[in-house]
Amino acid sequence: MIAVIKRDLLLAVRAGGGFGLGLAFFLIVVVLVPFGVGPEQAILSRIAPGILWVAALLAALLSLDRVFALDFEDGALALLATSPLPLEALAISKAMAHWITTGLPLTIVAPLLGFLLHLDAEAFVYLFGGLLIGTPALSVIGTFGAGLTVGLRRGGLLMSLLVLPLYIPTLIFGAEAVRRGALGLDALVPLAMVGAITAGCVAMLPFATAAVLRMNLR
Amino acid sequence: MSMWKYANPKLFMGWTAPILPWLFGAAFVCLVVSLVWGFFFTPDDYRQGSTVKIIYLHVPSALMAINAWFMMLVASLVWLIRRHHVSALAAKAAAPVGIVMTLIALLTGAIWGQPMWGTYWAWDPRLTSFLILFLFYLGYVALWAAIDDPDTAADLTSVLCIVGSVFALLSRYAVNFWNQGLHQGASLSLDKEENVADVFYLPLLVAIAGFVLLFLALVLLRTRTEIRARRLRALLIKEGRSNA
Amino acid sequence: MPDLGKYAVEVLAAYGVSLTLLVAITVMSWRSSRRQKAALEATEARLNG
Repeated sequence: MIAVIKRDLLLAVRAGGGFGLGLAFFLIVVVLVPFGVGPEQAILSRIAPGILWVAALLAALLSLDRVFALDFEDGALALLATSPLPLEALAISKAMAHWITTGLPLTIVAPLLGFLLHLDAEAFVYLFGGLLIGTPALSVIGTFGAGLTVGLRRGGLLMSLLVLPLYIPTLIFGAEAVRRGALGLDALVPLAMVGAITAGCVAMLPFATAAVLRMNLR
Repeated sequence: MSMWKYANPKLFMGWTAPILPWLFGAAFVCLVVSLVWGFFFTPDDYRQGSTVKIIYLHVPSALMAINAWFMMLVASLVWLIRRHHVSALAAKAAAPVGIVMTLIALLTGAIWGQPMWGTYWAWDPRLTSFLILFLFYLGYVALWAAIDDPDTAADLTSVLCIVGSVFALLSRYAVNFWNQGLHQGASLSLDKEENVADVFYLPLLVAIAGFVLLFLALVLLRTRTEIRARRLRALLIKEGRSNA
Repeated sequence: MPDLGKYAVEVLAAYGVSLTLLVAITVMSWRSSRRQKAALEATEARLNG
């Protein structure tokens, strides 16, 4: 498992691996918003939690089609399927690699972007915490979506259509946690829900991912 | 073997052929009776005026939107476990009908909302949940269309239906939390649990029956079409092979 | 036509939209069925005839 993760990490970081792309996209989207909405501080500050979460979601989506596609095309996936490593473990490894190269960097960079959107000072810790607990779910769900569409040539857009609705619960609770934090209210419930969703996804989705990989490899 | 033998495609075509006209007929009768009854022969609601008549379309379609997805879920499970092609094709056949039901529920909800809430769209938890369900339906149909091999398509869409069902339930809870959130007491709800007076209740029941019968008729009809399409595909492939 | 009062437009619009959609899906399903049936019978005739 570690070998799979290490290999994916190396591939992502190498030139053309798309490591920086997700972060750049995150930055660009966040910068775009004031141009669309106006520079008024009060407004930006109110919508900042939602914008940051949605932008993080979209940025996570970007690197998902690399998760299985490259291995599928050169036959490596078929080989991995016959190896002693169970496909479920492969699914988790791929998700983990995706999180380390995309979700985690997004989480770290988000507070910096929060400054651009005048995010309330009290909200920063909830933004970071929420993303930290929530982005693993995005990776696991995204890996499932990537597995579903791995055989398709132009599967990226379809995968987004399938994956984005699945992101809605995490988004709702994650953004709500930041909003409550900004107002000084207790944000424990939404944060706990984000954690619960992540835990549930990590526990159960790899089985679904393995199943669809098997179906696509037949 | 019991009832599973009816899942055999040829037998399926056999037993559905004679009952289909009766299903359509019964659906038509129920719909006409309930809608005429509700439209012409029920009073206005003291609060909602004549818009209460929209209930005979909004409630049955919303119920069917959910039930259609549930039927697809069961059919998907049957396909994955017992590999009955009729089951997979029935799920595929039901999806467009489910989409239409969801659309009717959303549109009638919005039209009803305008005079009641002053806006065509409100992010009311119920309407929002139906919007999310609509997105799941779209994804399901898109996946069927994207995969070439029919059996692989059936497999993948079945798993999507199952995973989607879990997330749909989760979203329902999340959306309730999201709209209630800091704004307690948003009492804008086309609440079905409100005691609906008898005078509205009876035509509503008949309308629901009509929608259920129409759904069944359409799904059986469309499944027959899918079965024929599958047989046609098989024949053309065989012909292609023998000519090659 | 019953007196729909000030909500006449809304009620009629709701009924119009719903009935149109129901008719549309029904007609499309029937047409599609007939088309498949014809195509299948033609191919079967060609292969067996």
